[in-house]
Parts: sequence; C-alpha cells; structure tokens
Amino acid sequence: MLAPEERQEIEVERAHYPTRQAVCIEALKVVQRHRGWVSDEALQDIGDALDMTSEELDGVATFYNLVFRKPVGRHIALICDSVSCWIMGYEKLCQGLTSRLKISLGETTADNRFTLLPIVCLGVCNHAPALMIDDDLYRDVEPGQLDEVLENYK
Amino acid sequence: MEKPLTKNIPSHGAEPPNRKAYENSGGYAGLRKAIRMAPAEVRDLVDKSNLRGRGGAGFPTGKKWSFVPMGEDAPHPKYLVANADEMEPGTFKDRLLMEGDPHQLIEGMIISAYAIQANVAYIFLRQEYKLSERRLRKALTEAYENHYLGKNILGSGFSVEMHLHVSAGRYMCGEETGLLNALEGKRANPRSKPPFPQVSGLWGKPTVVQNVETLCNVSHIVSNGPDWFKNLSHTADGGTKLYGASGKVKRPGLWELPMGTTIRELLEEHAGGMRDGVKFRGLLPGGASTDFLTEQHLDVRMDFSEVQKAGSRMGTGTMIILDDQTCPVGMVWNLERFFAQESCGWCTPCWSGLHWTERMLGAMEEGQGRAEHLERLEFQTKFNAPGNTFCALAPGAMEPLQSALKYFRSDFERHVHEHRCPWR
Repeated sequence: MLAPEERQEIEVERAHYPTRQAVCIEALKVVQRHRGWVSDEALQDIGDALDMTSEELDGVATFYNLVFRKPVGRHIALICDSVSCWIMGYEKLCQGLTSRLKISLGETTADNRFTLLPIVCLGVCNHAPALMIDDDLYRDVEPGQLDEVLENYK
Repeated sequence: MEKPLTKNIPSHGAEPPNRKAYENSGGYAGLRKAIRMAPAEVRDLVDKSNLRGRGGAGFPTGKKWSFVPMGEDAPHPKYLVANADEMEPGTFKDRLLMEGDPHQLIEGMIISAYAIQANVAYIFLRQEYKLSERRLRKALTEAYENHYLGKNILGSGFSVEMHLHVSAGRYMCGEETGLLNALEGKRANPRSKPPFPQVSGLWGKPTVVQNVETLCNVSHIVSNGPDWFKNLSHTADGGTKLYGASGKVKRPGLWELPMGTTIRELLEEHAGGMRDGVKFRGLLPGGASTDFLTEQHLDVRMDFSEVQKAGSRMGTGTMIILDDQTCPVGMVWNLERFFAQESCGWCTPCWSGLHWTERMLGAMEEGQGRAEHLERLEFQTKFNAPGNTFCALAPGAMEPLQSALKYFRSDFERHVHEHRCPWR
C-alpha cells in the first residue's frame, strides 16, 4: 500500500503531466525518498495507481541508475568515474573509499551505513576528483580527507 | 568586454540574485519587450542573431524554431523543453548558469515559448544537481508570484505553465528524443527522425528542446538586438561562450568570453597553462564525444565552424586536457567505458560495438593487447559512424577514439609491444 503522504506527493506531480504514465518516474522517486528503495510490492502499488503493469513499470525503473530496485544503505556515496576525475586521481580516491568502507563499488557496508556507487560526470570537473554523499557535493577530494568526510554520515 | 550570461552570477557560490535583484539589473525587460512584439518578430530577432545551440551540436536556434507549426491550425499544446541534463563528461557550464542566475534561464524560456507559442514548458534537470534544483524551484515560485508565469503573463493574453522535471539518471536523457521519452515516463531510448520533435515531439505535439546556455542568451538578444549579439563574437557564430578547462592545468575553471576565442588563449591565459612538471599533449575541445586536438591546433578559434575545420567539434566548449603523465590509451578506455555503460541498447552497432571497443582498450591497458586490436578498433570507428546508429551516442563515442588512433598511435603500439601500460 502506498502511504497517504506518498499518494499526496504523487498527486502533486500528476498535475504537471498530461498522462498517468508520464508521472511514473516521479512516483518511483517519491516512493524511494520515503523507503530508500523500490521493492516489488511498491512497484505493483505504483503501477496500480498509474494504470501500468508492474512489468511495464520495471522496464522504466531498471533503465534509470538512480532508481534503486535493491535495498541500499542509509547513505549513498557516489564517486565520479568520468574522464576529468579519472585524470585527477579517481583511482586513488576510489581505493581510499573501498578500503575504508571494506566494500567494492556497487556494494553496501555490513552495518548498512553506506552504499558505494560509481556515477557519471558530476559536472564539477574544475574541482576534480569529486564525490557526492546524499545531497552533499565534495570537490577536490584528497584520499586523506575521507575519514573526516565520512564522519559526517552516521 | 561584455559578459551578459554571467554578469549577475556572484563569485564563490553565493546566493543568486532573487527576482527583485534580477529585475534591478535589467532582468525581465527582454520579456516585457518580447510580449509587445509579434511571435514572428521574436523568432526573426533570434534567427538574425546567429545564435547556435550550445548543447554541442551548434544547430542554429532560429532555424530550429522555423520548423514549428504556427497559426490557428497548429497542434495544441506545443511544448518547450530546457535540456538541463548536463552529463557530457568534462562539462560543467549549465550548472553555473542555473545555480548562479536561475531567473535568466526562466526568462529565456518564457520568451522562447512565446516565440513558438508553446503553452507548456519543462526544465529537464539531472538529479545530482541539487543546488540547481533548489534555486530553480525558488525562482519558479517567484516568477509565478509576479505573473511572469501562469495565465495571461503580464496582461499579454499569453500563458505558460513551467514545470521542473528532476530526472533519475542516464546520459541518454540528454539526447533530444531520449529526453522526450523520459518525460513521457518511458525508457530514454532515442526515437527515429523524422518526424522531428519540432513537428511531433512530446505526446505527438510540436516540441522544441534547447540547451540551458542557448536559452539563457535569448533575453539578451531580444533586449539588445541581433547586431549587438553578433558583435560580442570574434567570428560568424553570434554571442559569447562559456568556455572551460579541466585536467592538469594551473587554474581549471569556466570563463565567459567572446565566441571564437582561441584555444591558446583559453589554455595559456585563462587556465594558466600546464601545472609545473607536466607537459601538454592534447585536448578534447568540448566534452567526451569530441575528437582530440593537439599542439598544432592551439591557434584554432573555438567556435562551431572553426573547430570543425580542424577535424573536431567545439561541442560544449569545456575542454579536457591530456598531459604527458596521463596515458592516452587509459584516457580513451575511460571514455569508451562510459559510452558502453551509457548505451541504451536500442541499436546493435552501439551496444555491441562499444562493449567490444571498451574490452579491447581494457585488454591493452592490462598488457593483453594484440596487434590486430588496432585494426579492430579502426573498424569500430567505421561500424559506429554517423548514419549507422539511431542517435549520436555511438558516433560521438568514436570521435575521441578515431583521433587518438591518429595522434597517439605510437602509444597504442607501445602497449601492444611491451605487453603493459608504460604509464603504470
């Protein structure tokens, strides 16, 4: 069942589009904002609300890399692996993260604190390498700063 | 030197001008002027200004608008979309415009919508641009409160509803027709053209999609006229350009300069030259999907026509610099891995070809490269050439590869002969 707040937020978006299907990406994001990820059950509920089959909706959900169809940690760490960051030290930064968090890209820490994901160019190439944790952007990140940065997220 | 696009943008990321501050600096004067003109007159101004699309392709904006059906019998509603899905690796210019002066984009969009008589507009924004989202939402609220948006704008009888769509990722959403599918709640696969979106776009209605920087120019063109706009430029393409540089230069950054500024001036004066201890080897002039240029091209003027004559594309105008301590094969591998990952899988040359390309380059970097890989990479640049694929993703992916094979061939050969990456 979609929660009343979820329904309400989806309704707000509904007014911006002429068809129900067009709202589906916004709806997936609404549910993910409340629950962290989109389960099979949630997919079915959103599909029912928008007159889409869950297969149709899953075809959309799995296309977009920021829709999570698996549970994720409390915080999402996105490390930019595109070209400017790669030139400016992505590999060392990535090693710094994976060794501190003891996970590989695409994995979640055992304490469920972080999910670490690669991301395409974050658009701060003049301050590479870059990292984004939840809504916070970190620029010119040195591996030595990672302990301090990660401390902000419990 | 005039800098219309960035004159209001505070340094160090301070809050952008609010509605009132924007008006005090001349903001919304372009809109007030435009709505007293006929839509055809506004289209004519933009056409005469030689404004070319700043998303990378450089398509003339006036020409794009000329394909939109006009008049009483035109399909309704028509749509205007701002492509704010900035995701081309190495590109960070639209972020500055949205974070630094969101009303400038909104005003440019309202005028553009008026010119083509579109009553619904979307800003298609990538999700990671959180600060842009926050500032655009605030500016949109202010614009509605002051009757710049909504019904009967400033008593003109013209109405526009403008919505912010925050995307859920994928480079393909930046491709014009992929973006339309994403807005319709579908996978962002490209659509075949024709029909072109100007005739049949969102929900089958006439739709114009423009890059953020392109739209930001529109209010200035209307306020100051096409001759003023053309005079901002060193070359035939009108206006200023947001240029950038990233990589191992002394001062990576972003600068608004006359269109047609030389690569040498950008690199040496604005970016401060190479960092101590590293030497320049080449650059991608405007994002991941542009051909490498080298030392011999430093005096090329950065505009759409001149960079094309030099064998590349200006693209987004944000240069990525390759230095002598960075492996060119490794750099191209990074680029091709990106394109292979972001291929939507819709057409075969792209999904198949880009993965083979990426794997061959990876093998080379890891010492497993073979001489025939060079020929096979050459083959891929032809297999994925324009005309063989639905959209520009794969042809774009081939641009850095084909030029790297040309300019850095001996580096590829060293990887094969030495069975290792000489830079590792």
